[in-house]
Amino acid sequence: MTRVHDMGGRFGDGPINPEPEDAAVFAEDWHGRALAVTLAAGFLGQWNIDVSRHARERLSPKDYAQFSYYEKWISGLADLLVEKGVLSLDDLRGVAVEHTHPLAARVLKADAVASALAKGGPADRLSNTAAQFKPGQTVRTLRPTANRLVDGGHTRLPIYATGATGRILRLHGSHVLPDSNAHGLGEAPEPLYAVVFQASELWAEPEHPADEVVLDLWQSYLEPA
Amino acid sequence: MPHDDHDHPHALLPPEPALRVKALETILTRKGLIDPAALDEIIDTYQNKIGPQNGAHVVARAWSDPAFKAALLEDATSVVADLGYYGRQGEHMVVVENTPEQHNMVVCTLCSCYPWPLLGIPPGWYKSDAYRARAVREPRKVLAEFGVTLPKNTAVRVWDSTAEIRYLVLPMRPEGADGLSEDELAALVTRDSMIGTGLPKEPS
Repeated sequence: MTRVHDMGGRFGDGPINPEPEDAAVFAEDWHGRALAVTLAAGFLGQWNIDVSRHARERLSPKDYAQFSYYEKWISGLADLLVEKGVLSLDDLRGVAVEHTHPLAARVLKADAVASALAKGGPADRLSNTAAQFKPGQTVRTLRPTANRLVDGGHTRLPIYATGATGRILRLHGSHVLPDSNAHGLGEAPEPLYAVVFQASELWAEPEHPADEVVLDLWQSYLEPA
Repeated sequence: MPHDDHDHPHALLPPEPALRVKALETILTRKGLIDPAALDEIIDTYQNKIGPQNGAHVVARAWSDPAFKAALLEDATSVVADLGYYGRQGEHMVVVENTPEQHNMVVCTLCSCYPWPLLGIPPGWYKSDAYRARAVREPRKVLAEFGVTLPKNTAVRVWDSTAEIRYLVLPMRPEGADGLSEDELAALVTRDSMIGTGLPKEPS
């Protein structure tokens, strides 16, 4: 099993009700603030993107289901700040004694924002792991889906695609493995593929016989079929 | 009933979301860990500078210049970087082309992955449970809710962004757009047409 965030294919969510294209980027001022605080805190360098995704996924299922999108972000961030020792529980309670923080030297200043955002954080790496599969080759995803390094840990094979047979569409090169990187176990880069699945391989009642779903999957999520 | 799971530190912050953000911002600012002016700058960037107009520029160029389009489909990351579109959440770009035989649509079922440098911050619906849950299983019902009906012989290929690859849909150029300038073509490109939940506007 994975966690509550792994909702692809789930029934019961109802209509999507898309807002118009010209709707405000941030529906509420605090949405933009939540995004900005999260990004700025990330630049303190105490975690990576896989750690921060996992922090949101580890919200309790009740919280995850009740929280709006940016509530998940800000709550996951608060948990992470405490877990990584950046803040204490007393800090969150508002009763801590103020002192200069050892990480304050790393604070993201306004004049550094543009270059920091433009720089990005590429995930491709050189790897010692050779590509085992070629485009066109048939593969099967692991079953059950799970982080094989940390029980209950972060993984990016959705449960709807577990044990499914598909075809390698393209090799993206070697990328950081989230299952390792989310847990302080190193980047462990390995080949990453786009794998295409017939909808009928994933769903009992596919809408159309020719429909397909593509997922980006790491080599260790796959076996020859 | 408590709003939060009290085993988690976030439950110590105020429950109301706007106050929760404000409280965390205040704590971090007092400790010198964030600079409120930097937050303003981040918000301004994604509210006013980076948005779907970037992706529309890329699509319009691809519609007007076959060599550009071929290069874009071959190696989107370097081609869009040459236009100045690179950065956070757009480090590895792949562009997928719609054809009469195949319609492409993008989702992130596990979170909200989206090509920020080309489309900005994702709209609310893209991040909703309903879209994340349904797009992979019933894309045609989802498309119908966006007012899109595909021809019977068009297959749907849904891209679930499970890694750091970010996908942009290259929609089909509308009929009757001959002779339009690149800027005029860009005005036909909607954000949703680049996610695959919409189609470009028809030339008037």
